Amino acid sequence: MSDERVKQVSNLRRAMIRPELGAIAGAVLVFAFFLIIAGDSGMFAPKGIQNWTVVSAQFAIIAVGACLLMIAGEFDLSVGSMIGFAGIVIAILSVQWGWPVWLAIIVAFVVCIGLGALNGFLVIKTGLPSFIVTLAFLYILRGMTIWLSILTTQKTIIGGVKQVAEGDWLAPVFGGTILKGLFQWFADQGLIDTFTRGSREGQPVVEGVPMLVVWAIGLIIFGQWLLTKTRFGNWIFASGGDAQAARYVGVPVNRVKMLMFMFTAFCACVFATAQVMEFGSAAADRGLLKEFEAIICVVIGGALLTGGYGSVIGAALGALIFGVVQQGLFFSGAESSLFRVFLGTILILAVILNTYIRRMITGER
Amino acid sequence: MRKTFTAMLVATALAASFAAPAMAEGERFVLISHAPDSDSWWNTIKNAIKVAGDQMDVTVEYRNPPTGDLADMARIVEQAIASNPDGIILTIADFDVLSGPVADAVDQGIPVITINSGTQAQSEAMGALLHVGQSEYDAGFGAGKRAAAAGVTSFLCVNHYITNPASVERCKGFAEAIGADVGTSMIDSGQDPAEIKNKVIAYLAANPDTGAVLTLGPTSAHPTLAALDEESLSGEIFFGTFDLSGEIADAIKADVIAFAIDQQPYLQGYMPVIILTNLARYGVLPSGHMNSGPGFITKDSISFVEKYAGVYR
Repeated sequence: MSDERVKQVSNLRRAMIRPELGAIAGAVLVFAFFLIIAGDSGMFAPKGIQNWTVVSAQFAIIAVGACLLMIAGEFDLSVGSMIGFAGIVIAILSVQWGWPVWLAIIVAFVVCIGLGALNGFLVIKTGLPSFIVTLAFLYILRGMTIWLSILTTQKTIIGGVKQVAEGDWLAPVFGGTILKGLFQWFADQGLIDTFTRGSREGQPVVEGVPMLVVWAIGLIIFGQWLLTKTRFGNWIFASGGDAQAARYVGVPVNRVKMLMFMFTAFCACVFATAQVMEFGSAAADRGLLKEFEAIICVVIGGALLTGGYGSVIGAALGALIFGVVQQGLFFSGAESSLFRVFLGTILILAVILNTYIRRMITGER
Repeated sequence: MRKTFTAMLVATALAASFAAPAMAEGERFVLISHAPDSDSWWNTIKNAIKVAGDQMDVTVEYRNPPTGDLADMARIVEQAIASNPDGIILTIADFDVLSGPVADAVDQGIPVITINSGTQAQSEAMGALLHVGQSEYDAGFGAGKRAAAAGVTSFLCVNHYITNPASVERCKGFAEAIGADVGTSMIDSGQDPAEIKNKVIAYLAANPDTGAVLTLGPTSAHPTLAALDEESLSGEIFFGTFDLSGEIADAIKADVIAFAIDQQPYLQGYMPVIILTNLARYGVLPSGHMNSGPGFITKDSISFVEKYAGVYR
């Protein structure tokens, strides 16, 4: 308190220099916007909320991995291809080869994390930018995925995963729904609607909370805790801020980056597994452009492309903005092709806002 | 001994007579599609050219722009022409982009057969020998007529490949058959299954009176099935789709999907190889175009078709 070497920082200023500030403002704006133009369209009814929550959760899962990796100073452009690859691996092992689904899932995770480690190894050993190394894997993995699926099944969509996953213990961890009883109770109390026709008449319109959402929340909490509450989190910031300086003070920069590549691959595999389990099929074209969508979420969330600065909560809010904008345009009945225009505009605005705020507060030029 | 000798002589003569056409064997054809690498539908055509290639003893190369970019496709056509094949088979994904390169091929004396998307008139204008395919507009219109007969007046077209003009034609044909406006009925769904599913749910929530759903292939049909199931609308809403897959076949049997429009892609891969080979070897050519579709697969015909869904059908 009385240490004259530490400059006094007001609470307001401390709140303002948080990286997620721009994303919080953006989220408030986006919600206000859609409340006004689509408030009565069912977007904010239980069913509508589930709708954009699932899409946002999907973005959040890969955004958490991309965020930590970007703060550590590296990119992973192979995320989208990794999603397609992991899905096909699970489908081939479980449907074509008849392995138990839990084993197929575990093998897919091992393979993906191994590929993440290979990405990290190549980046560290060659000193090449991760942009180039992972760009190579974007193509290698996509090509492998298509080739493998055609080689084993002569198809690029492999279905039937749902049937073989019946009764499996691990599959519901990714594709299941929890709190069904609670939602049935909500419906009984008249808090949420029930279906009035069709095969599910009488059941609540929202069955429960999909595991996809649980995974997203879990990963966000884990990422935020790791980044802000642990020594390893400081290492991540240090590795991305100035790797050489970090090495001088004893931070194991290579190990940090390697682990972050593996964590990004893990997130991609969670995404893929949840998708395969929910839809019961894997396709070689899954995950196209997902790497950039993850980066968009992270950047909207206030992270710096150069590393060393960013926030997991910000990335999660970025994912929420992404999901709400994409689904909201449908609820509001706007021309559907426009959502990409919207997204690009929001990205630019968010980055300008983030940069402006940061310059103003920190006084950097 | 003498008998054996005669037999051997006959055998040799027979072998020689079989070998005679073999002199002309080994022609090389190139099939160029507009489909991105991963579009599952094209497997049937890849399998068809493999079968036709083995049967006729010719090589058929499959080329495509990896991302589905039609300008890249024009470059691939130019490369294919430069390699001087015995024939080119290609899709007319965009007449304006492709007519230049195809005219070059025709001028160089390379026979060209157009398949799949595009119209017979466009095929003729390019100078191609003939077109094997189905008219996208007519196929959509035919599907719309079936829906109209069931009393449908509004619909949702789930378009997962909106940048291809042919996909819009399908929606347009359907819209005009039931008297709906295609502009408000068609959504750009993207290719991610969770996004497609949730966009369909969002559209149906915003437009609860929607009478029918049309999907343009397995990529959009599978997530739409999941969306209808989640909305408890399976079997309640009139559902038609283009193309067939295992999941679509199951849905037809369960009365969730009313029909699948089959343009019999196998024929689009198989027939051009056979025609071009016979043209190269014996100079014979059928006159007129070939309609490979549309065929409507319904609950009555499904059991026969589904055995080969995704591989030959």
